[in-house]
Amino acid sequence: MTKTLNQILFNILALTFCLYINDVNADDIRIKINSGQVEPLPVAIADFTGNEGNSNQIGRQISEVISNNLVGSGQFKAVESAAFIAPPTSPSVRPNFTDWSPLGIKALVTGSVKNINNEEIEVEFRLWDVIAETDLIGLRLTVASKAWRRVAHIISDEIFERLSGDSGYFDTRIVYVSESGPQNKRVKRLAIMDQDGENHQYLTDGSFLVLTPRFSPTSQEITYLAYFKNEPRVYIFNLETGQQELLGSFPGMTFAPRFSPSGDKIIMSLAEKGITDIYTMNLNNQEVERLTNSNSIDTSPSYSPDASKIIFNSDRGGSQQIYIMDANGKNIKRISFGEGRYATPVWAPKGELIAFTKMHKNKFYIGVMAPDGSGERLLAEGYLVEGPTWAPNGRVLMYFKQDRPVDDGKSTNVNLYKIDITGFRETRIITPSDGSDPAWSPMLPN
Amino acid sequence: MIKKIFAMIGAIALLSACETASQKVVSGTAATSSSSGSGSTSGSSSSSVDKKQSLFAESKQSAAEKLIAVGDRVLFDYDSAALDSSAKILLDAQSRFLRVNSDLNFIIEGHCDERGTREYNLALGEQRATAVRDYLVIQGIDPDRIKVISYGKERPAVVGSNNMAWSKNRRAVTVIE
Repeated sequence: MTKTLNQILFNILALTFCLYINDVNADDIRIKINSGQVEPLPVAIADFTGNEGNSNQIGRQISEVISNNLVGSGQFKAVESAAFIAPPTSPSVRPNFTDWSPLGIKALVTGSVKNINNEEIEVEFRLWDVIAETDLIGLRLTVASKAWRRVAHIISDEIFERLSGDSGYFDTRIVYVSESGPQNKRVKRLAIMDQDGENHQYLTDGSFLVLTPRFSPTSQEITYLAYFKNEPRVYIFNLETGQQELLGSFPGMTFAPRFSPSGDKIIMSLAEKGITDIYTMNLNNQEVERLTNSNSIDTSPSYSPDASKIIFNSDRGGSQQIYIMDANGKNIKRISFGEGRYATPVWAPKGELIAFTKMHKNKFYIGVMAPDGSGERLLAEGYLVEGPTWAPNGRVLMYFKQDRPVDDGKSTNVNLYKIDITGFRETRIITPSDGSDPAWSPMLPN
Repeated sequence: MIKKIFAMIGAIALLSACETASQKVVSGTAATSSSSGSGSTSGSSSSSVDKKQSLFAESKQSAAEKLIAVGDRVLFDYDSAALDSSAKILLDAQSRFLRVNSDLNFIIEGHCDERGTREYNLALGEQRATAVRDYLVIQGIDPDRIKVISYGKERPAVVGSNNMAWSKNRRAVTVIE
């Protein structure tokens, strides 16, 4: 018997956290994120020093991942290591700050990797305020050697949080639909990867169509739509056991699933006899509750983070628009009133915004607005952009974008992109083949 | 209103992952109950059964061809599941065919063009397939013979991003089960 997915993916953690935070006021080098486009903060990430064997190499790789994460956030500028005057030092050694300040560096990261045995390493880092000449935060972790990448993400989050004052989003994963083949016979597979595209793995083999995967609050399950035996239904994929379970037994197509914030329910649509309404199913007792009862299309539901409200799209008023209702289905109110059609609303992790897809005059847009429909801002556009998903800190959105296909039936590109909610830095996520329907995980459990 | 439905948790057995260099395929094989030989061939491949099956397959094949000749699909306007008069004329002919071939069951597939969001289009495709189903039932076709399935925008008939392709993709197609 080969390893279960869980073992492969989550076996990596036996973290011993040893967090030491120095309470020095770091306001002088903090980034002010909410002031729009900011000048990236210059940081130096020294190669983590090793003690023996491959630890030097792992140290360099950890530094590289941290650097890519921080620079990719748009809030940091990594000073090239070739410009460094001083060699990397151990995190237990107080650096000579005058080696770093002339380069304009405001913050310095030093670290070390020690081989404990064949399978475990101890990774330590320290973040230094070069201006105030003091240390800000440090962390020591003992992990399986093959988990070095995850350690780099955890350290990135610590640095990001300390310097930006906002929570990080690097120790997260993306589940999405990997696409291949011609457009009229598209092969679609569930795939999962780290937020930076590494550790890519397929979860299904493409023998049946899969769509719209979404994470549970623990990141251990994925709910999605599968055309297994040509019956489109909602399933749950357990990453720990690798099992796929059919959710309930419904007379019609179930689709558009999402977990409730506590993870005890799935909210989804049921289409039967030409009518699509919104239902929940309690995962503990299998109780089904019907929330809407219209003769229209009510779909793409998403809970507010406090689970008190639900947003969804409906054509009950004639065209597809976004509506809000109480969690019991009462008090349905339309909230989108701009031009065009509005779809796929999804609530931000902290509740202050919803992201959506908008269609207007043969173009698609990704936008955000307040949950009362005010303050609409469009962030991205394209021939087809669809399906935004939030990074757990609510600062970044991911979605997919399809170019206008060339009319030869072959060439079309569908790719994953991410963008700051400021509307800056639209970046393609590199995947082995085309990709769509991304979903960002919550922060991974330690 | 609360309905209770027992979750038939059909846990699909996970096939042992075949481990390759960097990518791992987990599961899926449960779904590869391929269409070939769906009739049981329990050991003794009695030739009469084979023959019957092949005759059946042959008649199914020719019925499928006839259905296409009669007209297997109706088209819809943008974001609409309404049957227009030409669609109804075609479905009248289709229902005559279905009455004659009373031993056959069939599936109505609802489809959309690409200019909509995925989940909304799944619902719209279901509306289109249901519109055809309801019309055929009114024409006297036994509802037990009809299944509907929506593919949303997942299976375009014509690849392309122009009015011609879009109009051909907004469709409901009747296929023999």
